[in-house]
Amino acid sequence: MVVDNERQGWAIAQGAHAPPTLRVLRYYAHAYRRLWRSSVTVSFLYPVMYLTAMGLGLGTLINHHVHLVDHVKYLDFIAPGLLAATAMQIATNDSMFPVMAAIKWIRTYFAMLATPLTVDDVLIGHLAWIAVRLTMMATIYLGVMAAFGVVHSLLAIVALPVTVLIGLAFAAPTSAFSATQENERSFILTYRLGLIPLFLFSGTFFPVGQLPGWLQVVAYCTPLYHGVHLGRALVLGQAQLWPLLGDVAYLTVLAVVGTLVARVTYRRRLVV
Amino acid sequence: MPPLPGHSTGALETRPDAPVEPVVWARDLEKRFGDLVAVDRVGFEITRGECFGFLGPNGAGKTSTMRMIACMSPLGGGTLRVLGMDPVTDGPEIRSRIGLVPQEDTLDLELTVLDNLVIYGRYFDLPRKVIRERAERLLHFAQLWDRRDERVEPLSGGLKRRLTIARALVSEPDLLILDEPTTGLDPQARHLLWDRLYRLKQQGVTLIVTTHYMDEAEQLCDRLVVMDHGRIAASGTPRSLIAQHSTREVLELRFDPDENETMAARLHGLTERIEVLPDRILLYTDDGDHVLHQVEGLGLEARNSLVRRSTLEDVFLRLTGRTLID
Repeated sequence: MVVDNERQGWAIAQGAHAPPTLRVLRYYAHAYRRLWRSSVTVSFLYPVMYLTAMGLGLGTLINHHVHLVDHVKYLDFIAPGLLAATAMQIATNDSMFPVMAAIKWIRTYFAMLATPLTVDDVLIGHLAWIAVRLTMMATIYLGVMAAFGVVHSLLAIVALPVTVLIGLAFAAPTSAFSATQENERSFILTYRLGLIPLFLFSGTFFPVGQLPGWLQVVAYCTPLYHGVHLGRALVLGQAQLWPLLGDVAYLTVLAVVGTLVARVTYRRRLVV
Repeated sequence: MPPLPGHSTGALETRPDAPVEPVVWARDLEKRFGDLVAVDRVGFEITRGECFGFLGPNGAGKTSTMRMIACMSPLGGGTLRVLGMDPVTDGPEIRSRIGLVPQEDTLDLELTVLDNLVIYGRYFDLPRKVIRERAERLLHFAQLWDRRDERVEPLSGGLKRRLTIARALVSEPDLLILDEPTTGLDPQARHLLWDRLYRLKQQGVTLIVTTHYMDEAEQLCDRLVVMDHGRIAASGTPRSLIAQHSTREVLELRFDPDENETMAARLHGLTERIEVLPDRILLYTDDGDHVLHQVEGLGLEARNSLVRRSTLEDVFLRLTGRTLID
C-alpha cells in the first residue's frame, strides 16, 4: 500500500489535470492541424459562393419579380437559412464517417478506451469537437454575411451559439445512429433522403408557407425549420421571444435526447 | 540501449516481508456472447514481474480474457482483481496503470509516429514535458527514432507493432498486456519484438502475452496456460508442461501421404504414443535416435526423418488432439 500511495502522489505531482473530455477534444484538434487550412478556406468560400450565386444572382431575379420575400430582400432572407443548413451539414457529416472510422476503420475509440478514458468521455469529447468546428464555421460565416451587408442586428452575435445548438441537434442523434451501423451505406442514404430534402424544404430558400398544406406540417416538425427560423429572426433582428424559445427548446431536446441515446448505442457498440 | 524510465527503479517492489499480491487474480472468470461461451470459468494468478502466457488456437477465449483483464470488456461472471482493484468499479484507475497492445493496431494512421505517442500520453493526462521525454526514450527503445516524423500509414507491420508497444509504455504501466503481438510479422520483426519484450521483463514489467505460436510462448513465458474452447487445459512453466504432457524427444517421419495409415499400423508399439498427422507421423520417446534405428530395423524407409526436442505444440496436441492452426 505504501507503493500505491507513492504512485498516487507521483501521479498528482506529474499530472496535467485536463478533464477527460478535454483530452479527447485535444486529439481531434491535433488531428485537425493537418487540414485546418483547407477547412478554413472551405468555410470561407462556401458562404461567399452561396451568397453570391443565390443571394446576388438568383436574388436579383427574385427581387425583380416578387420584390420581397417575407418583406426582406432575398439575400437577407437566405443568408441565415444557409448558415443553419451549413451547421446541419457539417454536424451530420462529422457524426457519420468519422464515427464509423473511430469504431471500425481507424478504431480511435478503442485506443481511447484502453486508457483511463470512458465511453462517456469519448462521446462527449466527440460532440465537443463538433461544437468547436461549428463555432469556427459560424464565426467565418457571420463575418462573410456582415461583409455582404446582411447582418442587421447585434442579435446576430446570439446566432453563434444558436448555430452550435442547431449543429448539436443533428450531431447527437446522428452519432447515436452511426454507432449502430456496420458500414457507410446508410450514410449515403441519410444524405440523399435526409439532408437534401431538409436542405430544400425547411424554409432555407423560400418560406415554408409556399408549400402545400400537409408538407408545411412536415416542415414545421423538422429540426432544420426551427434552426432556420431561429437564425433568421436573430440575424434580421426580428426576434420575438416566445416562438424563438420554442425553437431553442425543440433543438435542445433533440440534442439532449440524442446524446442520451448515443450513450446507449455507444456503450452497446464499444463495451462488449 | 537506454533503460526505460521508471521501470528499472525499485519503486515497484514491495517490502520483503509483505505478502506478494498477485498482479492479476481470477476465479471462475466467464464471458458469453449470446449462446457462445467464450471464457468458461477459468482461474489463474499472475505475479509481479513474470511473463505470463495464454496459449491456444483462434477462438480459444484468449482475447476475451485479455479484454476483461484490460477492463475493456465487462465480466460475464466470476471474480477478477487487477493490481488489487476490481474492474467492475475501478476500470479507469486500473487502465491508468495498464498498457494494452491490442490484436489489431489502433494507431492513428494519418498522424506521425511521434504524434501517436504524444496523443496517447495525453489520454493519461501526462504533462507535455513528461510525454516528450518518455517519447524520445521509447522511440529509441522501439528503434523508431529515425522515423519519428513519418506518417504511420505506409510503415510496415513490424514497425507499427513496435509503435503500438512503445505507445502502450508511454504511461509507464505496471502491467503490459500483449494480444498476439507478432501475428503476421516476418521472422526478423518477430525476433526484434521478442528481444524488446525480454528487455522489458528484465526491467521488472509484468507481461501478459497471448499467442498461438508455440515458439513465442517458449521463448517469452515464465508460466503459461493452454486454453481451448474457453477453458484452461493445462498450466505451468513451458518446461514442466512438456515434462508432464510429452516426452523428451520426438521422432518425425514423413512417408508418402497415402502410406501414413499403413505405416502407423506397422510402427504401432514402438513407442507409447504415436500421433498420425496428415503430413507426418510423430513418435514420442526419450531417445529419438534409438527409435529411428528401430524403425530402420523394421525395414521402413521414410522419405524424411527428424529427431527433435518436444515443444509446446506436442503438449497442445496431447491435450486437445489437434494441432494449432495459424
